[in-house]
Amino acid sequence: MSTSNTRLRIGFIPLADATALLIAVDKGFAAAEGLDIDLVREVSWSNVRDKLNIGLFDAAHLIAPVAIASSLGLGHVKVPIVAPFGLGVNGNAITVSPGLYAAIVAAADGNIIDPMVSARALARVVANRKAKGEEPLTFGMTFPFSTHNYHLRFWMAAGGVDPDEDVRLVVLPPPYMVESLANRHVDGFCVGAPWNSVAVDLGIGFILHFVSEILSRAVEKVLGVRGRWAEENPDVLVRLVRAHHRAAEFVEDPANLDEVAALLAAPNRIGATAEVIRRTLVGRMKVAPDGTTRVSERYLLIGRNGAARPDPAQAAWLYAQMVRWGQAPLSDEFLATAKAVFRPDLYDAAVGPAAPLPSSEPADGIGAFTGPAFDPNDIGAHLAVWKIRR
Amino acid sequence: MDPGIKIVIVDESPVRAAILEDGLREAGFTQVVRISEMAHLLARIYAIDPDVILIDLANPSRDVLEQMFQVSRIVKRPIAMFVDQSDTASIQASVDAGVSAYIVDGLKKERMKNILDLCISRFNAFSRLQGELDRTKTALEDRKIIDRAKGILMKAKNLSEEDAYALMRNTAMKENKKIAEVAQSVITAAEMFK
Repeated sequence: MSTSNTRLRIGFIPLADATALLIAVDKGFAAAEGLDIDLVREVSWSNVRDKLNIGLFDAAHLIAPVAIASSLGLGHVKVPIVAPFGLGVNGNAITVSPGLYAAIVAAADGNIIDPMVSARALARVVANRKAKGEEPLTFGMTFPFSTHNYHLRFWMAAGGVDPDEDVRLVVLPPPYMVESLANRHVDGFCVGAPWNSVAVDLGIGFILHFVSEILSRAVEKVLGVRGRWAEENPDVLVRLVRAHHRAAEFVEDPANLDEVAALLAAPNRIGATAEVIRRTLVGRMKVAPDGTTRVSERYLLIGRNGAARPDPAQAAWLYAQMVRWGQAPLSDEFLATAKAVFRPDLYDAAVGPAAPLPSSEPADGIGAFTGPAFDPNDIGAHLAVWKIRR
Repeated sequence: MDPGIKIVIVDESPVRAAILEDGLREAGFTQVVRISEMAHLLARIYAIDPDVILIDLANPSRDVLEQMFQVSRIVKRPIAMFVDQSDTASIQASVDAGVSAYIVDGLKKERMKNILDLCISRFNAFSRLQGELDRTKTALEDRKIIDRAKGILMKAKNLSEEDAYALMRNTAMKENKKIAEVAQSVITAAEMFK
């Protein structure tokens, strides 16, 4: 390597949506841009956030709401973060214990593949437990400012379950999810790949929903950098985004699937079996211990359907969830700050003008299974529709 | 120091937690509780109701603690991460050392600074100890490898122990390698010629 290479330290959590970053490094797309990337595998979102904030990381694989919370100064120090590249859209799933699955099926008024049917069934299960004086159900999610938290809440609240009053939502680090389900510390969880599949393979969980069934287009992880770093290193940023773009295109080529899955399976990368990673990338998921599979082309979008181009409407939707659940006040200033975290302009500057989105994509950019179309310019009116909120 | 301050240490490494606890006790903090079991972590912490929580950064359960910042019915007293926006040096030092601190709102900043400084120095002391231990282990293993290679050379080339060692040392110098590396090559080669 030449001495003019730029050295970057980038933090990540071993999850399937770190794929574009990992492949950018492992397949040499970063090196081709003169970037010498030091990948640091992390154990918590708090660590990733703190190390990015204080400059120990130049960039990070970041759960999208953390980028927004950091920029708004919610729950922590205020450090403006910008996201010039989306690492993944969708990819989460809701998994429940065999006991809860059976209870939901028994209480369901229709096919539970419909999230409204399953959410209403959950409400009945919750009411029954309450009537019998049983402990409330407990669900695991990954972080207070996480898509998983918001996805679970959006789904259950639609069926009439108040996520703060009727059930318990607890933070669990992803590697502890499966164990917690097995020893009944939780009755279900929402998490990214590979953990849902691990629970199903062990015979202790049923995948109830892909998040793509709840929200057709839900931003998940972003490549996050400090706003100041982006301003001071515009050229490096362009190269970094371009390397990710090439990696994402490589990942989406079916001819490369086996190679990608094998690379990601390495213990210092995601460290799951190549087969589980493969399932996630193609969206052919084993959803029940008996081997039942469910297929979705939308399970996890990395480079296709415009998924990598940050969409400020997505940032607005996440901010709306923070407001809905009492994590953030409603203000025009906060909304503008949240939207400005997602930077399609930086993406376009690196990879060229974006093609129009295919017709498969929802008109409002979100495609929620219930409720009116999302209006990123009027969060107040949007939230007024929901009965359950803080 | 104020002995009335209740401190919880969340650390899966019992040795490091003990080193930290000793330091805190020496400094006059008598109410120190260690938690090494991560199941039901929040419930355990709420039961203890501490003023300060210290957690190592290699612990995934840090994210669990972040939940305490949320307004919640369960929390008796609001807890925040110890971050003084004006003092980035101390944040950096604590992240470098691998420790993070959470405090109950209202605890005086100067007091917290003392506790954090103590944590940083104890965590760094532990890393040094760990480093020395690793080096000792490596040295011990190197010694074993060199002894084995020496035996092979003595037998194969009919050398004295001293000459066998000198041969490896000279080769290592010539090739700019460690003696242990040369010794390992001797062993590998001998196994191939078996």
